Amino acid sequence: MSDAIAGPGAEQTYFDHLAEGEFHIQHCTACHKAVFYPRAVCPHCGSDALEWRQASGDGVVYATSVVRQRPEKGGVYNVALIDLAEGARMMSRVEGIAPEKVTIGMAVRAEVDRSGDAPLVVFRPAGGGS
Amino acid sequence: MTGLRGKSAIVGVGTYGLGEAPGLSEYEIMTGAIERALGEAGLRAKDVDAVFCTSMQQNMGSLTLAEYLGIQPRFSDSTVIGGSSNLAQVLIAMMAIETGVCETALIAYASNQRSTSGRLVSSSKPDPYEAPYNPRQPITSYALSASRHMHEFGTTREQFAEVAVAARAWAAMNPEAFMRDPLTIEDVLSARPISDPFTVRDCCLVTDGAGALVVTSAARAKDMPKPAAYVLGAAMAHWHRYIANMPDLTVTAASESGARAYEMAGVKPSDFDVVEVYDAFTINTIMFLEDLGFCPKGEGGRFVEDGAIAPGGTLPVNTNGGGLSCCHPGMYGMFPVIETVRQLRGEAGDRQIDGAALGLAHGNGGVFSSQVSLVLGTQATL
Ligand SMILES: [Zn+2]
Repeated sequence: MSDAIAGPGAEQTYFDHLAEGEFHIQHCTACHKAVFYPRAVCPHCGSDALEWRQASGDGVVYATSVVRQRPEKGGVYNVALIDLAEGARMMSRVEGIAPEKVTIGMAVRAEVDRSGDAPLVVFRPAGGGS
Repeated sequence: MTGLRGKSAIVGVGTYGLGEAPGLSEYEIMTGAIERALGEAGLRAKDVDAVFCTSMQQNMGSLTLAEYLGIQPRFSDSTVIGGSSNLAQVLIAMMAIETGVCETALIAYASNQRSTSGRLVSSSKPDPYEAPYNPRQPITSYALSASRHMHEFGTTREQFAEVAVAARAWAAMNPEAFMRDPLTIEDVLSARPISDPFTVRDCCLVTDGAGALVVTSAARAKDMPKPAAYVLGAAMAHWHRYIANMPDLTVTAASESGARAYEMAGVKPSDFDVVEVYDAFTINTIMFLEDLGFCPKGEGGRFVEDGAIAPGGTLPVNTNGGGLSCCHPGMYGMFPVIETVRQLRGEAGDRQIDGAALGLAHGNGGVFSSQVSLVLGTQATL
């Protein structure tokens, strides 16, 4: 880590990439593992030699739930944990398919959704969906 | 790590305002539980020299509680690691007592969140990597774990429902329990869906309630009015905070905390007469029965079938009705400990397990995050 005490830090950098429509995650140059969520050190080996790389966007659904809220609180929607091809896991949702049709093991592709208040990574079924 | 085995004991327990306590503040109901716990030990507030308090509604809980009671303690602790905090505080108290830092510890918890908000109060700020997806926390995190358990092991919604039905059957025998009406598997399955695979009946209650423990040295415990519950084993572990970072959604750190607590106590799962685990959701009981060694990994769903953990079953689990049917004032960890102590004393009324001498109290915090296991036993188990 540089001795200069100035941002943007890892958290800000991640969201700055999203604001540009890009999905980047950290990789540890010491142990060669992917790191998510963004950190100042690698949780696998303790190194602070982390670099940003564009994510492949490929993932697989690891776990899934359908949240069932009243319409005024968001209605019915998917929440899933996605295993990224790089080896890290993140919370997200799968769109372009009915929420209860999302299944564990389903191959998905990332996209950056900038339509809301803040940009976020969502997923769609790979090679399909709308 | 056997040096703490049996060196400390729980000599007083108290509950107050379980269910609904309208018009009473957090510290008012806490005081109700404390007066009962101290009364059992034959002590007064001035006899307490260590104060442990966890609050979801404000930090520095032990400062507030000591001030409220007029105690100027030698040791103070306001640990917040979720619903296992009060069990962690038993371990901290054991260390403080054994090293001479204090003699008599008061551990207390209360919340009036049912009366003041009507819903589970969260004590942590939203995570920037979770909040944008609007998981209904903590429910959705546990639901994700349940989805994984179903996928890997074929666990079914009916098996989850068995857990809720068993808890309700125990609660029917506990006058303190908040929900005591009969409950069937069909009732659970057809209840209002919250976050698949859970309906509202797979989820803990939202209640008011307070609990308190008095912990002192085994030597001092001999002179106390009530039979002591000796702490034979205690251990904690955590592997993650947020659900996306749980290494395997079907294995909790209870597999580590339980094993270490058993090692300290010199016991094995088949030795236990009663098992009290933190059942925030129906998946919890299933996962903890596996991780704490009562059945192999993946077999928890089949283990609880046919009323196996209900009254008259093969293993008495959550004999007070648990967080699912007895009470759940935001953090439930205090109550598995209190129920275990009451069972070991033979004070559990209609739900008493005959001759209960060894009990397990297990606490869970966060989203299957912090795990604390306590092995408690009567004098005969020392
Ligand atoms: Zn590394």
